[in-house]
Parts: sequence; structure tokens; C-alpha cells
Amino acid sequence: MFNFSTQALFGQLLVGLINGSFYAILSLGLAIIFGLLNIVNFSHGALYMMGAFMAYFGLTFLGIGYWPALILSPLIVGVFGVVIEVLLLRRLKGLDHLYGLLLTFGLALIIEGLFRNAYGVSGQSYPVPDLLQGGLNLGFMFLPYYRGWVIVAALTVCFAVWFIIERTKLGAYLRAGTENAAIAQALGINVPMLTTLTYGLGVALAAFAGVLAAPIFQVNPVMGSDIVIVVFAVVVIGGMGSIMGSIISGVSLGIIEGFTRLIYPEASAVVIFVIMAIVLLVRPAGLFGKAA
Amino acid sequence: MTTDNALEISGLHAYYGESHVLHGIDIHVRRGELVTLLGRNGSGRSSTIRSIMGLVGRRVGSIRIAGQETIGMPPHRIARLGVGWCPEERGIFSTLSTEENLALPPRARGEGLSIDELFEMFPNLKERRNSPGTKLSGGEQQMLAIARVLRTGADILVLDEITEGLAPVIVKRIGEVVRKLKSLGYTMLLAEQNFVFAAPLADRHYVIEEGHVVMEVAHHELEAKMGKLNELLGV
Ligand SMILES: Nc1ncnc2c1ncn2[C@@H]1O[C@H](COP(=O)(O)OP(=O)(O)O)[C@@H](O)[C@H]1O
Ligand SMILES: [Mg+2]
Repeated sequence: MFNFSTQALFGQLLVGLINGSFYAILSLGLAIIFGLLNIVNFSHGALYMMGAFMAYFGLTFLGIGYWPALILSPLIVGVFGVVIEVLLLRRLKGLDHLYGLLLTFGLALIIEGLFRNAYGVSGQSYPVPDLLQGGLNLGFMFLPYYRGWVIVAALTVCFAVWFIIERTKLGAYLRAGTENAAIAQALGINVPMLTTLTYGLGVALAAFAGVLAAPIFQVNPVMGSDIVIVVFAVVVIGGMGSIMGSIISGVSLGIIEGFTRLIYPEASAVVIFVIMAIVLLVRPAGLFGKAA
Repeated sequence: MTTDNALEISGLHAYYGESHVLHGIDIHVRRGELVTLLGRNGSGRSSTIRSIMGLVGRRVGSIRIAGQETIGMPPHRIARLGVGWCPEERGIFSTLSTEENLALPPRARGEGLSIDELFEMFPNLKERRNSPGTKLSGGEQQMLAIARVLRTGADILVLDEITEGLAPVIVKRIGEVVRKLKSLGYTMLLAEQNFVFAAPLADRHYVIEEGHVVMEVAHHELEAKMGKLNELLGV
């Protein structure tokens, strides 16, 4: 059964780490949004796709390269998120979860539909930046520089966000607002603004992941809906709203998925959902979530 | 318009969804005065206080804080006028350490007490500064809730049932703190079940029943009106 080469082992480990990095950064955004807004942001995948497309547009129409795009695209998508929060999501305050879910799902369909209308379902390729062309032969495997960069960049951003939330004053506002928004606001914290900024940050993270993904996967209108289903499973496994939980489960589930592809490829597409089902049976609040 | 009122509520109605819980409350608290809201459970004292903070579903009427109308303001702006609120449920955050809880509210106005001054006033909190806020005992959490609003520079304190469920020694300790705050010139509105605790501290009392103010008693009238009070409070 286990007759695979070290080459294949490390190859899948790398793929697993890459996917895990995307899962981590996307589920982190979902977790902070859910924590404060109580909304399961179904448009997350569409905004990730938009992030990739902003980089693609920048390069194609304006000659803006990868590195500026890595900053500009999350900014643009973040501002788009702020507008959505102020114009639409804010009105759902106090209503059932279901409304937020329906609204963000509808938004995802609209955004994706617009891009499909213009670009079909075929992918546009986006080049690896010059600085990260080529790779390194580690002996047991070949590591393309760009893939190494994606892992480092994604994890750095995840831990930076974790640090801000757990160790700074702004993070204390966010934690307090997440725990009890009414009391936090009556103590003087501008919770409506905090909420808007949190949504903006969450979707900016999705766009950042989208730019990172552009040179690896193709820039494609359906790239978001492909990944977002898995990311929702990751969030359920980690526990809705848990920051460290979403980072750790994102990375480890990516790796588990990679190894499954090695050992029993047929199961690799479902292994995360099987784990989700088991976690839901044993610990419904998720591995890192607090039981309600 | 009297300007020596720190807090002036008139014709206040409050609603939670369909249910109408306050029916035209009129209350005022002068600068530096300590006033209590007495009444049976469910009479509307917390709702009055939550209305001041802008936390009821809907409120109609007038609530002036330091002369400024706040009926249309969001809660964080009301807090920043210098109103410090201790919620009945204390509102200590479990995801924040004791010190983070203490430092959480943004400055309202003026100086406020420093963290060091507060640790001097509440030594227990200093020892437990790194513990999660909700790992503290009930009494410590209450001290933390009081200390937290003193740091912001708020000079109008609205304190909801700060002695509820606490041991007599802690109640006594809180009484000392309240007396000290009064001597420092704070304006206080206190919702209290514990009449024995409130009586010697307060300048005036309002008795609330079913969302109406049914009686107002100044400190010097207490003895004369004791019979009526006992009847209303059921003590
Ligand atoms: N969140 C709420 N939703 C609906 N009704 C409430 C709510 N909070 C309080 N009430 C009702 O309002 C009335 C006044 O309650 P409250 O102000 O808490 O009284 P008190 O603090 O004097 O015990 C009660 O009848 C109570 O049931
Ligand atoms: Mg009450």
C-alpha cells in the first residue's frame, strides 16, 4: 500500500501546505467576520476571486505588477467590502443568521455571474513574478520559489492578524465586541465602525489570498466557489469564530488532504468533509470553539 | 432650563419590541448627587438605566446628560459624554484579561483615574491583573466593573445592582467605595434592591413600580415616609 517515493511524499506535503495556507487565510477572515457580525460570509469565495482578478486587471490594463497588486488588490476589495457592510449588511443587525447567509450568498452569485459573463469559465494565466522565478533543488524535492513564498507570506499574515487580535488594544475592542457588542458599545467603543472595519479586513484577507493564488491556479471566475466549500468545512472543524483554531485547522487539513492524495487519491476530495462529519458528531462546537 | 442637573429624564417611555416597559419616567440627578432607583424585581429600574445608555429597543421622551439631549444618540456617544455604566450582569469580558478589561473603555472626557490609582483603590485587581476577567470572584468582578468606568474619566456613574449576590463584607467594601466616590464629587444613579445598603448613602430615592415613578423621598424624609416605602418595596 505505502509504496510511494520520498519525492512524492514531499511533493504532496508541499501541495498540502500550499492549500493549507489558503484555507488558513480564508477561514481566518471568515472567523473574524462571524465573530463580530454573526454572519457566515458566503461571498468570501467571490471576493477571493475578485482579489485575483484585480491583480490580473492591474497587470493587463495598467501594467501594475505583482508586488503592488499584493497591496492594492486587498485595499480595493477591502473598500468594496466596507461599502457592502455599510449599505447592506448593517441593515441585517438583529435579524436571524439566515438573512446574512442569504444576502452574502446572493452577492456571491451576482459577483461571480458578472465575471463569468465577461470571462466565461476559462482561466486567465498570471505570471510568477520575476523575482520568484525558478526554484531550489533540496535533494529530496524541488521547491519552486514562488510556492515557498506563498506559504511564508500566508502564514506571516495569519500570525500578524492573530497578534493584532490577541495582543493589541484594537484587538481587545474586537474581542470585547465579539463577546458582547451592546456592552462594549455602551462602554464607549464605536462598535458600528469596528464592525465595518472588521468586514473590510476579513474580505481584504480573502483578496490577499486571491493575489497569492493567481500565479499558481489560473485566474478564473469560479476559482472562489471551488475553494470556499472546503474552507467552510475547515471553519466548521476549527470552530466558528476561533482565530487560532482557524489557522491551525486550515494548515493541518491542507496537509491531511495532501497525504490522503498520496495514500488513497480517491478519498482526497472528501477527506475534509469526512473529518467535518466526525467533528460535528463528537464536538459540535468545533475543535477549538467554545461550546455554546 | 436648569443646568446643575447632570442627568435629566422626562417623559421617558421604553420598549423591548412590542412590550412597553417604561411609561413616562421623570427623574433628575444634580451634579454630585447620589440618587437611587428602588423598586421590586421587574419594576423597570434596569430598563431606566439601559435607556440612559441607549440600549433598549426603542425609547421616546427626553434624556439630557450635562444639558445635552441624548435620545437619538448611539450608545458609544452617550458613554463619551462622561457616563460610566456598570451593567447588572457586570459585563466583564472572558476573552480579556483583568487588566485589558480595566483598560478597555476609551477615555470619555477629563482625566479619569490611572491604572495605578485604581490598583491602589482595588488591590485585589492588581494581584489578578493577568487572569481572564471572568476567572475573578463575583466581588472582584464587581470591583473591576466599577474600576473600569472610573478610568475613563466618566463623572456620571450609573450603577445597576452593584451589591447583588455578594457577601456582606464585600457589600461593606463597595459601600466604602461609593462613599469615597461621592466625596470625590461623582454624580451617581444607583439601582438597588438592598435598601439597607442604599438608605444611608443616598441623597434621594425614587421608587419605581411597573414603569412609573410612584414616589420620591429625600434623605431627610426617610423616617417620615418609612411606612409607605415598606409597603411599596415589600420589605
Ligand atoms: N430584554 C428584554 N426584553 C423584553 N422584556 C424585558 C427585557 N428586559 C426587561 N424586560 C421586562 O421589562 C420589565 C422591567 O424589567 P427591569 O427593568 O429589568 O426591572 P428591574 O431592573 O427593576 O428588576 C420587566 O417586566 C421585564 O420582564
Ligand atoms: Mg434590574
